[in-house]
Amino acid sequence: MQIKGIKDGILVRLEMDEWDSQRKELIDQINAQETFFKGAKLALDVGEQVLHAVDLGQLRDELSEKGITLWGVLSESSITCETALMYGLSTQLQTPRVSSTRNSGGLPIEGEPALFIAKTLRSGNKIVTKGHVVIIGDVNPGAEIIASGSVVVWGKLRGLVHAGAEGDEKAVICALDLSPTQIRIAGKAATTPKRKGKPQAEVVKIQDDHVVAESWRNKGRL
Amino acid sequence: MKAQVITITSGKGGVGKTTATANIGVALAALGKNVVCMDADIGLRNLDVVMGLENRIVYDLVDAIEKRCRLRQAMIRDKRYNNLFLIPAAQTRDKNAISPSDMIRICDELRPEFDFILVDSPAGIERGFRNAIAPADMIIVVTNPEVSAVRDADRIIGLIEAEEKGPVKLIINRFNLSLVKRGDMLTSEDVMELLAVDLIGIVPEDESVLVSTNHGQPVVLNHNSLAGKAFENISQRLIGEEVSWMNFDGKSDFFGRLIRLIRPGRS
Repeated sequence: MQIKGIKDGILVRLEMDEWDSQRKELIDQINAQETFFKGAKLALDVGEQVLHAVDLGQLRDELSEKGITLWGVLSESSITCETALMYGLSTQLQTPRVSSTRNSGGLPIEGEPALFIAKTLRSGNKIVTKGHVVIIGDVNPGAEIIASGSVVVWGKLRGLVHAGAEGDEKAVICALDLSPTQIRIAGKAATTPKRKGKPQAEVVKIQDDHVVAESWRNKGRL
Repeated sequence: MKAQVITITSGKGGVGKTTATANIGVALAALGKNVVCMDADIGLRNLDVVMGLENRIVYDLVDAIEKRCRLRQAMIRDKRYNNLFLIPAAQTRDKNAISPSDMIRICDELRPEFDFILVDSPAGIERGFRNAIAPADMIIVVTNPEVSAVRDADRIIGLIEAEEKGPVKLIINRFNLSLVKRGDMLTSEDVMELLAVDLIGIVPEDESVLVSTNHGQPVVLNHNSLAGKAFENISQRLIGEEVSWMNFDGKSDFFGRLIRLIRPGRS
C-alpha cells in the first residue's frame, strides 16, 4: 500500500488483492496511524478492483466513523467509477490543466498552457513567461514580450518580441500586422523592413538558420 | 457644487501641458465656470508665468499643504476673470514635498466651491506625476504628432490604466497641417491608431501661442488665433457641448471629415 500527500488530502494506492483483504489492510493502516488520518480527506486508487455500491458504501461509512472523508476513488474499472460517481465521489484528482480533445481518428490532441492577455500592451509593459503567449490587442512600441514558447498577437505587433527565449528554435511568432521594433526567436534576431502595401497576417519562424517571415496565406507547414 | 478634477499630463516635457492648462482654465472661466488651476510641478513652476500672475504670489501649494497658510491665501485670483484662480507651485522645494494623499485632500477641500479643478502635472513618470493624477476624475494627455512624444504618451496611458484612473482624453498639440500634407509628420490618424483613446482636441501649431505665453496672456484671449479657438473648443467639449471639428486651412473640409471618421473609433 502506498500513502501519499496530495494537494487535496491523502492519496492511498491499494495493492491488487481480494477486496476484503484490501479493505482490512487499509483499516489496519488507519488504526495504526490514527492521528495522521484523523480528519483527513482521502482519495483511493483501487486499480482494477471492481467495486459495487455495497462495497464502497460500507467503506465510506467505516471511514467516516474514524473521522475520514472519502472524496475520490480512482479506478481503471468502469464499474467502480460508476459506483463512485453514484456516491458523489470524484473519479479524478483534479481537472486536468489542459483538456485533450479527440478528433475523428481517435488520436488525442494535446494542448499546451499559454498566457492569455486580452489587452493592448503599451510602452513600458513587459511580459516575461515560460510558455506561450496569446495577446488579443496590439503590442505598441516600447512594450516587450519574452516567452520561452511561441507568441501570437491578434493585433498589430510593433514592440519587441522574443519567442523561444530559452533556446526553442521551433517557436513561432504570429501577428495580424507585423511591424515590430525587433523580433527574436531563440538566439536569432531580426528587424522587419518597412512594409509596403496592406498589412497582412504573418508568421515568423526559423528556417534554414534564418529568421523568416511569411504571409499566413502562403505558409508552409508549421 | 462638486468640481471635476482634471489632470493635464504628458510624460514628455515641452509638449504644452502648462499652455493647455492655462488656456483651458481661462476658456472655462470665460464660459462662466468657477475654475482653479493648480500647478503640481513643484520646483519648476511656470503656470503662474503663462497666466501672467507671477508677481502676485505670496503663498504656494506647499505652504497650504504644510499649513503655513490657509488654502484660500494660496489662491491667486486672475486679473481678467474673477471666477478663475491659480494655486502656484513652490519654487524652492521638490516633488517629494507633497504626497498623493495631500493632493486628494486639497482637491476635496476645493471641490464644493468650484466647477473645475485643473491640475498641471510635471513631466516624467515619478512622484510628481503620481501626485498629479491621484485626485483626478479625468486625465487629459497632451502629445505632439511626433514619435517620441507619442511613445511617452503611450507609456503614461499605460500607467494611468494600471492605476485604474481615467477616463483618458487626448489633445494633439502643435499639429502642423502643411507638414502632414507633405507626409513629414505623423497624422492624427497615426497617433489615434496607436494610443486608442478619445480625442478631445487638436491644436494647430501657431506662433501666437509663443507670443502670448511670453506676455502672460493665454492665447484663448486672442480671438484671431486658431490655437486659441482650438482650446476654446476643447473647453466647450469639457462642459458637454458638441463642437464641430475645425478645419485648419480654411479651404477644404478634408481634415474635419478625417477627424469625424476616426473619432468614433476606439476608446
